[in-house]
Amino acid sequence: MSQPPTTRPDSTWRFDLTSIPLINRVLRWRPLQFTLVLITLGFFLLAILTAFFGTPAGNRNFSIIFVWIVWWALVIILLIPALGRGWCAICPIPAPGEWLQRQSFVHPRRRTLWTLGKRWPRRLKNIWIQNFAFLGVALFSAIILTRPLATGAVLLLFIVLALGLSLVYERRTFCRYVCPVGGFIGLYSMTAPIELRVKDVEVCRTHDTKDCYLGNEQGFGCPWLVFPGSLTRNTYCGLCTECLKSCTMNNVAINLRPPGTDLLVAKGRRIDEAYKAFIMLGCALVYSAVLLGPWGVLKDAANFGSLPTWLLYATGFLAFNLLVIPGLFFAATSASRRWAGLTHIKPKQYLIDFAYTLAPLGLAAWIAFSLGFVLVNISYALPVIADPFGWGWNLLGLRDVPWTPIIPAFVPYLQVPVLLAGLAFSIHTAWRISEQQARQRTLQAVLPVAAYLTLATLGFLALYMA
Amino acid sequence: MDPRRVTRSLAAAVATALLALAALLVPLPTGATAAGEREITLDARMFAFEPGRLRVNQGDRVTVILHSTDVVHGLYIDGYGIDITAEPGRPAQASFVADKLGKFRYRCSVSCGAMHPFMIGELIVGPNIPFGRAVASLFIVAIGSLVTVALRPVNQ
Repeated sequence: MSQPPTTRPDSTWRFDLTSIPLINRVLRWRPLQFTLVLITLGFFLLAILTAFFGTPAGNRNFSIIFVWIVWWALVIILLIPALGRGWCAICPIPAPGEWLQRQSFVHPRRRTLWTLGKRWPRRLKNIWIQNFAFLGVALFSAIILTRPLATGAVLLLFIVLALGLSLVYERRTFCRYVCPVGGFIGLYSMTAPIELRVKDVEVCRTHDTKDCYLGNEQGFGCPWLVFPGSLTRNTYCGLCTECLKSCTMNNVAINLRPPGTDLLVAKGRRIDEAYKAFIMLGCALVYSAVLLGPWGVLKDAANFGSLPTWLLYATGFLAFNLLVIPGLFFAATSASRRWAGLTHIKPKQYLIDFAYTLAPLGLAAWIAFSLGFVLVNISYALPVIADPFGWGWNLLGLRDVPWTPIIPAFVPYLQVPVLLAGLAFSIHTAWRISEQQARQRTLQAVLPVAAYLTLATLGFLALYMA
Repeated sequence: MDPRRVTRSLAAAVATALLALAALLVPLPTGATAAGEREITLDARMFAFEPGRLRVNQGDRVTVILHSTDVVHGLYIDGYGIDITAEPGRPAQASFVADKLGKFRYRCSVSCGAMHPFMIGELIVGPNIPFGRAVASLFIVAIGSLVTVALRPVNQ
C-alpha cells in the first residue's frame, strides 16, 4: 500500500491503483478520455435528435428511456457509489466547448486558448446555482422525465450553456459552478471508495512549475480549477486525470480508500454544500411520494394539471426542500449542541458540520428510489434500441419486445437493505463527526442527529412498504 | 490499535447485520384471519387509479373490475401476475387470492400517455407484517450502528 502523505488529515489506509502497471498505462493514455467521451456524446446526440424528431410517446422514445432510466440508473446505482465523479470524466456536455477552447481533441497544443478566459465571479464561486438549477429541474421533473421534447430542450440547453461558458470563462466553469447534475455528484462523491490525490504534498509545495494546474506538453492544466496538491476531498475533482498525465514528479495517484473518508474532512465544509445534502434528501422523499406513490392528486399537480394546483405543489416542494428538511435538521443539531454542551460552537457551523452525515443516507435513498422505477421499466430499452425515433424501425428485431417488469414484487426487499445500509453509514459518519466536536460527550452529540436520520429512513420505508 | 476493541466492534457489526436479517426474514406465525370475498372496482384515468390504495386481508379472494374512464388502460399487479386491459365502456375483470402479505403496487400496463410509467396504486395485503419487519430492522440497525462505531478503536 502507498504511504499516506504527511499532511493527510487522516491515517486511514490507501491503495494506489496507479501502482498497477496496466491501470497506470491506461490512465496515462491520452486518447482514453476522448474515446469514452465520443461514445457518450454519440448517445447524447441521438437522445437530442430523438427527443426533437421522434415519437412524443415517452416509453417509445430513445431520449426518455436512455436518459432517465438507463443513464440515470448507471450514474446513481453504479458510477457514483463506485467511482464518485467517474461520470464527470466522460460526460459529453462540456466536451464540445472544451475542444473548442483547447483547439484540440486529445493532445495539448502550443496555442492560445480560444476563450475570453474570464474568471467566474467570486460571489458565485459556490454551488448555489447548482442547487437551484437542480431544484428547477426537479420541480419540472414530471414534465421533463416524461416528455421527449422537454428532455431534449433541457439537454440542448445544457450543452449550449456549457459551450457558451467555455468561450467566455476559463476551463470547465460550467461543470464547476453551474451543472445541476455535477452538484449532487460532487456531494455524493465524498462517499466513494476512490480518490485522486497527490502522493506527497511536500513535493507539490516545493515544485516550481505546478504543471498539474498550468499544464504542459503531457497534459492540460486542471480543467476543474483545482490545485491537486491541495485536494482533500473529491467534491470538485472531475477525475479527468490530466494532472496524472502532466505531473512531472509522478506525484499523483488514484487511490482506493475507505468509503466516506471525505465526509470527515472539516476543511471546506460550507452552507451551500450542506443545502445540497438537504435538497437531495428532500427531493428523494418528494419523488418517492409523487412518482412512485398512489396519490393521483400529487401526480396531477406535478404534471401541471392546472396552474393553481401546480403553484401550490411548487410552493410545497420548495418549502419542503428549503425550509422543512433543513429546519428539522437544525432542530436536531440544536438539541445535539445543547445536550453535548457545545454552545460555544456557532449554530450555523454546527449545522454545516453535521449536514454531511446526510450524504450516505441521501445516496442510498436515491438508489432505492431508482430501483423502484428502473427495474420495472428497463425493458423499454430494447424496443427503443430497435426503433429509437418510434418511426416503425425494427433494428435487431427487438421492437416488439413487450414491457416486462423485473421482479417488481421483490423491489421493496432490495430497497430496504439499501436504505438500512445508508442509515448505518450515516450514523457511523455522525458519530465520527461528533467525535471531532466533542470527544467526551459524543453520545449526547450524536443521538439527536441519529434520531433525525432514523426518522428520515422510516419515512422512506413507509413510502415503499406501508 | 486495541485488538479487543476491533473484535468487539466487528462482533457488534456482525450481530447487528444478523439481527436485522433475522427481523426481515425469519418466518413468523401469522394469526388466521377470516378470508372473504372482495369485489373492488378500480377506475383508471390518466394518470391515476381510483382508489389509489386497496386494503384486503390475507386469503381474501379478490375480484378487481377495471373501468377505464378516458383511454385504454391496463392493470398489472406486482407479485400476482395479473395483467388485464380495459377500454372506455368495456371493463375488464380478474380474480386472485391475496395469499402474500405486504404492499404490492399495481400499475398501468398499456401506454396511456406521458405519465404512464408513474400511474401506480398500492394493494396492501394485511396484516402488513413485511413493513413491521422493516421497521424492526430499522431500529436494530440504528442502535447497532451506534454500538458498532462506539466500540471501534479510536486513533489517539
